[in-house]
Amino acid sequence: MRKVYLDHNATTPLDKRVFEVMKPYLIDNFGNASSPHQYGRIANQALEDSRRIVARTIGAKTEEIIFTSGGTESDNLALRGIAYHKRIKRIGHIITSSIEHHAVIKTCNILEKDGFSITYLPVDSQGRVDPDDVKKSIRKDTILISLMLANNETGVIEPVAEIGEIARENNILFHCDAVQAVGKMAVDVGTLYTDLLSLTSHKIYGPKGIGALFVRDGVELSPIITGGHHEIGLRAGTENIAAIVGFAHALKIAIEEMDIYQKNILNLRNKLESDILDRIEQVEIYSSKSCRLPHTSCMGFASVEAESVLLHLDLKGIAASSGSACTTGEPEPSHVLLAMGISPGIAQGSIRISLGRGNTKDEVDYTVDVLENVVSQLRNISSQWQIAEKKAL
Amino acid sequence: MGDEWKQLYRNTEEYPPQHTGPLIFYNDLVIDHFTNPRNVGEMENPDGEAVIGDPACGDQMKVEIKVENNTIVDIKFKSYGCPGAIATSSMMTQLAKGKTLDEAQLLTDDDIVIALGGVPEKKRHCSLMGANGLQEAIKDYIRKQRSQVESIDEKSVSGS
Repeated sequence: MRKVYLDHNATTPLDKRVFEVMKPYLIDNFGNASSPHQYGRIANQALEDSRRIVARTIGAKTEEIIFTSGGTESDNLALRGIAYHKRIKRIGHIITSSIEHHAVIKTCNILEKDGFSITYLPVDSQGRVDPDDVKKSIRKDTILISLMLANNETGVIEPVAEIGEIARENNILFHCDAVQAVGKMAVDVGTLYTDLLSLTSHKIYGPKGIGALFVRDGVELSPIITGGHHEIGLRAGTENIAAIVGFAHALKIAIEEMDIYQKNILNLRNKLESDILDRIEQVEIYSSKSCRLPHTSCMGFASVEAESVLLHLDLKGIAASSGSACTTGEPEPSHVLLAMGISPGIAQGSIRISLGRGNTKDEVDYTVDVLENVVSQLRNISSQWQIAEKKAL
Repeated sequence: MGDEWKQLYRNTEEYPPQHTGPLIFYNDLVIDHFTNPRNVGEMENPDGEAVIGDPACGDQMKVEIKVENNTIVDIKFKSYGCPGAIATSSMMTQLAKGKTLDEAQLLTDDDIVIALGGVPEKKRHCSLMGANGLQEAIKDYIRKQRSQVESIDEKSVSGS
């Protein structure tokens, strides 16, 4: 059966070039980077070289990069690290948005239970946070603003630089979750005015289980994993050198190839979206009026349910995803789409296609063919479709 | 090394995991009913019908039945829902067709799940909708029969 992978926002395959640079650090150069002997020195050299590469790609200083186990840990370290460090003086207020990744939202939920007050900012119909709302939400006890650079479901790029400037003017720390954005658009910690920035490796053809948090020089935070003196005391645990080397190399490749990547992938997405709009009725492409990452497309089909669409696609070898999943008996439409004001009925029929380097025009053609059939098949048996059709007339 | 390793796992039956094709969640029969649902559609002048579920929650089904001599001779459904909802509704129609109303009224969500060879635990609630849909359609039929009898009675009363 033909296989088409269209879920690159979930994860990406490991780039073979990345695998090659990792190999020596899995078997021969296995040393612990904290050891003073030659094995340790080789590992430590690789660790610091990688740190320099990662720092350079986002305009940071080498010592401002802390390696973590990935985006989720980076977000946790930023939020909990700042919250608990600041709490010594007082319980504080944190501003974030309603469309953040669960790594941020659920962590904020827990901080809320712990006594912190959290403001979850709304978004407009395109999924964008209004910088004015940030300004209005600032209180005397606001200790942190956390906002994602690009949304994982819709690909919308948030006005992070503007909000970073507001944070800077008000002397409030600013964390940016750039997990989906890094390697796909220019990211510079200077122009974004961020004090903390989360990165991950497996979304950019690097290995899983490795990421980093940028912590601006002078910003103080508490570690959430304690133990040895690794990562300037902010993240204990023996460093995974092979993964770190792979991460740095994946990031380097992503930055070097970004221009060609953006152009190719944008052409593919434009074709995908215009073909779908041409051939399938009553479909809405979300956030299409705002600036999005070039590879992400999120769309809703009237009168069909997303899991049914995805299972049909899966049976035809196509891997895509949805924000909503009817898994508990309580169907949970995507919190991102609901925050954008999309009705739960349509949000239930929403799928996300995220393209990657390996995808071809031919695969897009195949996908649109299959999707057209699947949607019409499901609408034929849907008790909702006639009603929707009548409304359209 | 023998089978000792299996004792490491709580339930040895689960290892190695039994996957069918690319899907780990549904068995082949469920997939078959999902991709080729039986008795899909609508009928003219159904004897009993019901629409249940909430489209806002991504779940809605419509059931129509044709009854002759107290037996369900035809049944049609339409469903807006997840694969579990579509497959269990399809199986429900297969089980109900040809049954007397008394027999059909005894049909439960468990019967549907067993007939499908099991559905994932998280999808159990879907089968409830199929069973409820059928019961509501039968109730509707009984209601209509009653009101017909009543209207006939009224006519005969006024005519006398």
